[in-house]
Amino acid sequence: MRRSLVILTSVLATGALTLTACGSRDDNGGSDNSDGDTTTLTIGVDAPLSGENSTTGLGIQYGAQIAVDDANKNKLVPGVTFKLKAYDDKAQPATGQSNATAITGDKTAVGAVGPLNSGVAQTMQQVFASAKMVQISPSNTNPELTQGKDWQTSKKRPYDTYFRTATTDELQGSFAADYAYNGLKKKSVFVVDDKQTYGAGLAKIFSEQFKKLGGKVVQTDHVNTGDKDFGSLVTKIKNSKADLLYYGGQYDESALLTKQMKDGGANIPLFGGDGMFATTYIEAGGAATEGDLATAIGVPADTLPAAKSFIETYKAKGYKGDYGAYGAYSYDATTAIIKAVKAVVDANDGKVPSDINDLRAKVVEEVQKSDFEGLSGKVAFDEYGDTTNKQLTVYQVEKGAWKAVKTGTADLG
Amino acid sequence: MNTLPQQLANGLLLGSMYGLIAIGYTMVYGIVQLINFAHGEIFMTGAFGAFTVYFYILPDGTSMAVAVPLMLIGGGLVAILIAVGAERFAYRPLRGAPRLAPLITAIGLSLALQEVVRNFYPGADRAIAFPGLDTTHDIGSITIKDADIFLILSAIVCMAALAYFVRKSRTGRAMQATAQDPDTAQLMGIDTNRIIVIAFAIGGFFAAVAAVAYGLKYGNIDYRMGFLMGLKAFTAAVLGGIGNIYGAMLGGLVLGIAETLASAYIDEIPGMQQLGGQSWANVWAFCLLILVLLVRPQGLLGERVADRA
Repeated sequence: MRRSLVILTSVLATGALTLTACGSRDDNGGSDNSDGDTTTLTIGVDAPLSGENSTTGLGIQYGAQIAVDDANKNKLVPGVTFKLKAYDDKAQPATGQSNATAITGDKTAVGAVGPLNSGVAQTMQQVFASAKMVQISPSNTNPELTQGKDWQTSKKRPYDTYFRTATTDELQGSFAADYAYNGLKKKSVFVVDDKQTYGAGLAKIFSEQFKKLGGKVVQTDHVNTGDKDFGSLVTKIKNSKADLLYYGGQYDESALLTKQMKDGGANIPLFGGDGMFATTYIEAGGAATEGDLATAIGVPADTLPAAKSFIETYKAKGYKGDYGAYGAYSYDATTAIIKAVKAVVDANDGKVPSDINDLRAKVVEEVQKSDFEGLSGKVAFDEYGDTTNKQLTVYQVEKGAWKAVKTGTADLG
Repeated sequence: MNTLPQQLANGLLLGSMYGLIAIGYTMVYGIVQLINFAHGEIFMTGAFGAFTVYFYILPDGTSMAVAVPLMLIGGGLVAILIAVGAERFAYRPLRGAPRLAPLITAIGLSLALQEVVRNFYPGADRAIAFPGLDTTHDIGSITIKDADIFLILSAIVCMAALAYFVRKSRTGRAMQATAQDPDTAQLMGIDTNRIIVIAFAIGGFFAAVAAVAYGLKYGNIDYRMGFLMGLKAFTAAVLGGIGNIYGAMLGGLVLGIAETLASAYIDEIPGMQQLGGQSWANVWAFCLLILVLLVRPQGLLGERVADRA
């Protein structure tokens, strides 16, 4: 009895591990309140709003919120009131998928913004494609999402309902490798990733490009998301004599890693992607983050003249989260959906098509044709659904804040 | 550079932390045969208690030499309060129930504690920066920092105090008696309810010590920190022989060292590159657990108990 209890408990523990990964939480109850004069259309936004990655996730939610508020205030589409409904995916692919099902099941929903994580996007794409509903991610960077599994050899768009306002890791990884080799003059790098779609993909592209430039990848390792102790890894990094650590993943792990690495006596900078470009990285990692680097998509939000009022609104409303990484991209993604609705309504003699499926399909077509000046620059999509805006920026932690050190366009030489 | 001494030190540190938490699992199991799955969350609340003392109560700029003992007291109080409260309100009403009932209650309690902290502690929806003890020392080829020394010392002191308490004190002996046979112990005039409360309180305090060490070492805490640590500590308790306090500490050390060495060296074995590195550490740790349980189902130091149903 006693032993079987232990065995039973172990089984339960494993079950608990799996179970805590599930569960979903809807923030707002949905309501279908279309009165005689105006039609209410819903735009779903899906991002991690609690737990891991929630700082950037909330930036996406409120970026979209401001876009919706602006459209309603300016009566961008006469006769239509837009409503934003937020879904929390907790950075879990399974939760993202059930959220996508909930969004497509909402008969007032015309499109979706999100998610934050490429791995979550993979499970959502199919759901939106079946419902012929547009999905625009402000932050997914994994190339496979738009260009197919064999994107390096033969590009093929898997889902024509999926778009993104962020550029791809192909460009981001190359841009980072170029800056590490030519800008920082680092010749040997230790590469770590978190095995997730985004992190592993980015680390791989970085490594390939860094080697192509003449640098040396001295060793690689992988971590699990949720890991806290990196003592063993830090010793390996120190022993490898690498002069740079490249990390593909999110700030939750990289902030701990950089702190433990510097405490452990390996004083080399950590260089990562847009997944760790957040103030939380600096807050969680403390002084150890000084000198660390990250690439981020686009140009710094603070330097965009068009984003000025956006940032003021964000701050004035006291929204939580960090708009710096994707807020402006989320705003643009949401605006693209709203403008597409406008185009559909205009083409239909100023009336909203009564069949929601018809409306959704037409919105997809119109999003593909998007061409306007957004907060982050020109918003337009190529034949794969990728943004045509390919600007990237390298940021470095200086005196406890991210500071832009280089902005440019990646060169795929 | 020979990395083995450093890796052993890394493993020893991680293992001490597992061991400190595992004590809580093993003491409670030894006395009431309950696996208190909420113990990982008691560890987490201890960390938040200590952080509250540091951030909200102590004036800015308090020296760490003063702050750390006060954090231990604050974190310890919170953890003990929650552990004892859990016993009183969640487990005691189920004392006579089938064993699955308190087990499920424990899992529910663990989720409830996580959500309470996440929703009601200011800023707890993401990682909170914890003050660190980051001064480093080089001893030969080993680099350790003050937080590591704190961890090792507190593990030794706690373990020694516990051993003394259980063996020499009246309450400790009553505890042993209750573990052996609760009914007979009660007939001999031992207040078993009091003993059970003491077991929960000691477990809670040790978890809080581990939590303070965790915060000082890793520099941040979050509401989910107890889940994986709790699971690992439970594994350590089973590995060492659940019910045996020395086994819990030994199990923790073995688990910590095994994990660290596996992640450090397995990928250097030709043909094993794919199975090595940090991300496989847990896999190897659990393989070790299965192996040990195959050979010694009662755990490393566990006693074969045949007379208990």
